[in-house]
Amino acid sequence: MLKRNKKTKKGFWHDAWYRLRKNKSAMFALFILGLLVICAIFADYIAPYPYSLQDYNHTFEFPSRKHLLGTDNFGRDILSRIIHGSRISLLVGFSSITTAIIFGGLLGAVSGFYGGKVDNALMRAMDILMAIPGMLLAISLAAALKPGLTNLVIAIAIADIPGYARVVRAAVLTIKEQEYIEASQCIGASDGRIIFKHILPNCLAPIIVQATLGMAGAILSASALSFLGLGIQPPTPEWGSMLSSARQYIRSYWHMTAFPGLAIMITIFALNILGDGLRDALDPRLKN
Amino acid sequence: MIRYIGKRLLMMVPVLLGVIVIVFTIMYLTPGDPARMMLGAGAPASAVEELRETLGLNDSYFVQLLRYIKNVVFRFDLGQSYASNKPVINEILERFPKTILLATLSVTISVIVGISMGIISATKQYSIFDKIATSIALLGVSMPTFWAGLMAVIIFSVHLRWLPASGSYGWEYWILPSLTLGLSSSATIMRMTRSSLLEVIRQDYIRTARAKGQNERVVIIYHALKNAMIPVITVIGMRFGALLGGSVLIESVFAISGLGKFIIDSISMRDNPVVQGGVLLLALSFSICNLLVDILYGFLDPRIKSQYSISRKRGWRRNAQAQ
Repeated sequence: MLKRNKKTKKGFWHDAWYRLRKNKSAMFALFILGLLVICAIFADYIAPYPYSLQDYNHTFEFPSRKHLLGTDNFGRDILSRIIHGSRISLLVGFSSITTAIIFGGLLGAVSGFYGGKVDNALMRAMDILMAIPGMLLAISLAAALKPGLTNLVIAIAIADIPGYARVVRAAVLTIKEQEYIEASQCIGASDGRIIFKHILPNCLAPIIVQATLGMAGAILSASALSFLGLGIQPPTPEWGSMLSSARQYIRSYWHMTAFPGLAIMITIFALNILGDGLRDALDPRLKN
Repeated sequence: MIRYIGKRLLMMVPVLLGVIVIVFTIMYLTPGDPARMMLGAGAPASAVEELRETLGLNDSYFVQLLRYIKNVVFRFDLGQSYASNKPVINEILERFPKTILLATLSVTISVIVGISMGIISATKQYSIFDKIATSIALLGVSMPTFWAGLMAVIIFSVHLRWLPASGSYGWEYWILPSLTLGLSSSATIMRMTRSSLLEVIRQDYIRTARAKGQNERVVIIYHALKNAMIPVITVIGMRFGALLGGSVLIESVFAISGLGKFIIDSISMRDNPVVQGGVLLLALSFSICNLLVDILYGFLDPRIKSQYSISRKRGWRRNAQAQ
């Protein structure tokens, strides 16, 4: 009883963390993501070979003890390239989602808070962006910008903005009616202060869930764009562009295609499980 | 109902105009000179300049945009392809049926597989089947479609030699691409069906139906499923859009000469009118699909229909008062 009292005192985020910790699969996903982050940060120390080391005596080698996941057409170690590739994928996923959240969140907050004409205009603009299938929008944007890391992030972020704008707008609309917002309006708080100090912190929960699932989508889009040759260009190790160059050897060397894709899948899988777990933890009512 | 459909159709107009503006602007900002691409690197500067003038590329952004909108809206003219010099509309309509066929086949597969798996999973919650099916679905959601396509080629074409790996010359060529796309999106539909059905099954009217001794199959299919379908239909509509986008990837994996592959090829050739037209056509089909979803809502959910008829009554009353 005493323990329970303590717990309720610590507040919403502590409770959510407590619920998440009890969810074994979500914790496992968190563990995998932690490993991935460590791989990305310490790639130079973890990878058995430098990612660009070419060994023309050992090209197209199947997995062996020396090269755990085999080598590619230039004799480069595939495992090392996958480990280095985690850097790009996590970076692109994280930064494009952050960008999309900042812009989408602001648009959604302004739209939900002010309502009326502003809301109408902004939401119609979002409708237009949403009328183009996301992947297609990202493809055309990536084609318009020159290929490269920053532009890849921009292309994916723009395609994701409408989704966040809608989520945040919906959250703001419910929070706006709360009494504490009225109270702060009464004591003369500015609109900006109300939005940033009172409204946005209170709609963090749906944003976090959406961001985790969205990061999975962003990593998928990044690899798809690189696969089409519109994202990260070949010498840089990136999972999608590794798949793109493995394609021509698909008939003889399956390992070149299998492993980079597996790396994408494991990452997305972990992010999806974590996202589901976070949704259950942050909003227990939704759990079934 | 007809007024509702008409209203939704009218709402599509500004959205589509906006799409034209966005797509045009993106392509306008794309680096590279189409005139230079058409004539080749060795062409004299005067010839390039002349071609730019005839293509209208020297005009300002707004002049070009207005001309494009005017041509598209009033004449269905999407311009000429820089690469083949043929009208874009013919070129894309030639390839569009393949994309639509692929999307329809995949949606059919994903609906059949997704909904039936979702029903079994929800009715037998926490059984072994449910656990296996939800895990497979989660894996399916996490798999990049183009990678799944590549792996399918490795397994079924290269090693087992059951099916052809690329092209679109007969029915057997469609099996791998549509199964890849269909099964990967069935995962989303299955998850949605399961969670939506689980929610509906706990409602009072389901308990009532069971209490009056109704057959369990009838309860699930007639009482529960119809009410659980609304979010599922939304997801199916969204998946269709994702499929149109995803078909770009699958078409280039399986070398199907559909619209998606045409767009990608045209991007690398800087054939802007084709990219504009192609994206526009896909966005239009996506909007039509969303419209169909909205109309289906009206049929499935009497609340939406009644909401609409109430507003009509109110309007009628207002008119009566005005008189």
